[in-house]
Amino acid sequence: MRTGQTTIAAAASVRQRTPGVTAWLLMAPLFLWVLLFVVAPTLIMLVYSFCERGTLGGVVFKFTLANYAAVFDATYLRIVIRSILFAGLTTAVCLVMGYPVAYHIGRSSEKWRNILLMLVMIPFWTSFLIRTYAWMTILKSEGLLNSLLVQYGLITQPFEMLYTPGAVVLGLVYTFLPFMILPIYTSVEKLDNALVEAAFDLGAGPMRAFSKVIVPMTSPGITAGILLVFVPALGLYAVNDILGGGKVDMIGNIIENQFKGNARNWPFGAALGIALMAAFGIAFWFTGRRQATVQTS
Amino acid sequence: MKAVNTSLAIWTAVVMVFFYLPIAILVGFSFNTSRLNILWEGFTLEWYASIWRDAVLVRALENSLIVAAISTLLSVVLGTTGAWMLYRYRVPAVRLWQTLVFIPMIIPEVIMGVSLLILFVVIQLELGFATIIISHITFCFPFVMVAIEARLAGLDASLEEAAMDLGATPAVAFRKVLVPYLMPAIVSGALMSFTLSLDELIVTYFTASAGTRTLPLEIFGRVKKGLDPTLNAISTVFILATVSVVLISELLKRRSR
Repeated sequence: MRTGQTTIAAAASVRQRTPGVTAWLLMAPLFLWVLLFVVAPTLIMLVYSFCERGTLGGVVFKFTLANYAAVFDATYLRIVIRSILFAGLTTAVCLVMGYPVAYHIGRSSEKWRNILLMLVMIPFWTSFLIRTYAWMTILKSEGLLNSLLVQYGLITQPFEMLYTPGAVVLGLVYTFLPFMILPIYTSVEKLDNALVEAAFDLGAGPMRAFSKVIVPMTSPGITAGILLVFVPALGLYAVNDILGGGKVDMIGNIIENQFKGNARNWPFGAALGIALMAAFGIAFWFTGRRQATVQTS
Repeated sequence: MKAVNTSLAIWTAVVMVFFYLPIAILVGFSFNTSRLNILWEGFTLEWYASIWRDAVLVRALENSLIVAAISTLLSVVLGTTGAWMLYRYRVPAVRLWQTLVFIPMIIPEVIMGVSLLILFVVIQLELGFATIIISHITFCFPFVMVAIEARLAGLDASLEEAAMDLGATPAVAFRKVLVPYLMPAIVSGALMSFTLSLDELIVTYFTASAGTRTLPLEIFGRVKKGLDPTLNAISTVFILATVSVVLISELLKRRSR
């Protein structure tokens, strides 16, 4: 995602022309598209978030801060906190599971690296809906895991694994693990082997070499991975719809319910959306700055 | 050190099993005679046949293919010209445009879906194919742009200039020199768009009408109701399609290096 920007920046210094009329006309669709379908929807959502809810689910254009206040209402605050906890737990599990894999792929011979990368790419591109359904097959009380456990006498009666917080976190980890592995792998691949060897030569043990050399050197990949897992995990409501069965709602479910479900409160849904987007923006800005500091130091 | 490497390799194998075992089970049960995905009772292709007997499912598949084909075509045109223009010309505030283009790639889908829904209501565009395709282009074309930009980064500037020195107009130089050079990136961008569009659930959920439900929407509705071997069969088809797309685009990438 960052490569695009550096490409443009590099090209700017080489040979770029001032656009003429034809060039502007060819560029216009891109700019119009971005303005119409990226910028405008966000701005309209921002306006909506300060409006009042009308009767019959409509919107009344009267300024209010009530929607944002409602985000911190006890009922919703509980769900917001739960979402942050679940997304945080998902991110932590993905990091712990994914880092060794990314490191191993980055250090493998080229042949193995290509094979393993492909094996991570396939789940990355496979619809999360299908992958979540696969877990449903396994976890259902009349599903595979329960019947196996009963058959081998480990449990006497099938118990409900589906529709639990554990199932939701499992589904989220399964969905997002490739998003953690791939950016970390990119950092590991760039890691200079000589530095790691130097650490060992200077008498550092594996733990010390890992914490003092490898982790700092791969921190851009780690932050990118955390970002790519945490924020989408906050908003993805379909996984907990399927594996949580409506019992383990997260922010995404609340937003969805304001627009398509029974709640029908567009201004409140918009406020939740803006709040989530703000959290997202702050996280990006923060990590961007952190990466800049890491690079300059 | 050797112990560390061995344990890393073992852990990687464990994670790969974690990735693929559920998928293997899903695929396996699509060939099982039993209606419940529990025990193996015998081999059948019945569930694949039942996809085609299910008019709603076939309709949803048609909708998905229409949306994916049109979105991909327009995303490729928009993304390729966009990337090329930003590369070639001095554009004011290019950094800002770049950032805005990449927002749809990284923003949570639910926010994108909701904000587009509000927009369509405000401009009174009725939900249907048009709104789905607009939404899909919005999150597909940045992926095309990234692929093209990566390829442009390795472009030899003298190539195009040589063509022009030899008397080609900019348009001819673009068609005869640049498009062939960019082709691997165009194809892999197109494959990415097609997969993304075909798989997308959340944004589509907010921007589709009842009559234009796509396959993921239909599957989502049925998954919530419970297990159904027809879903296993159609999922297997999806997985197969995804695997071939990933393989093809990897192959293209390697050949273009």
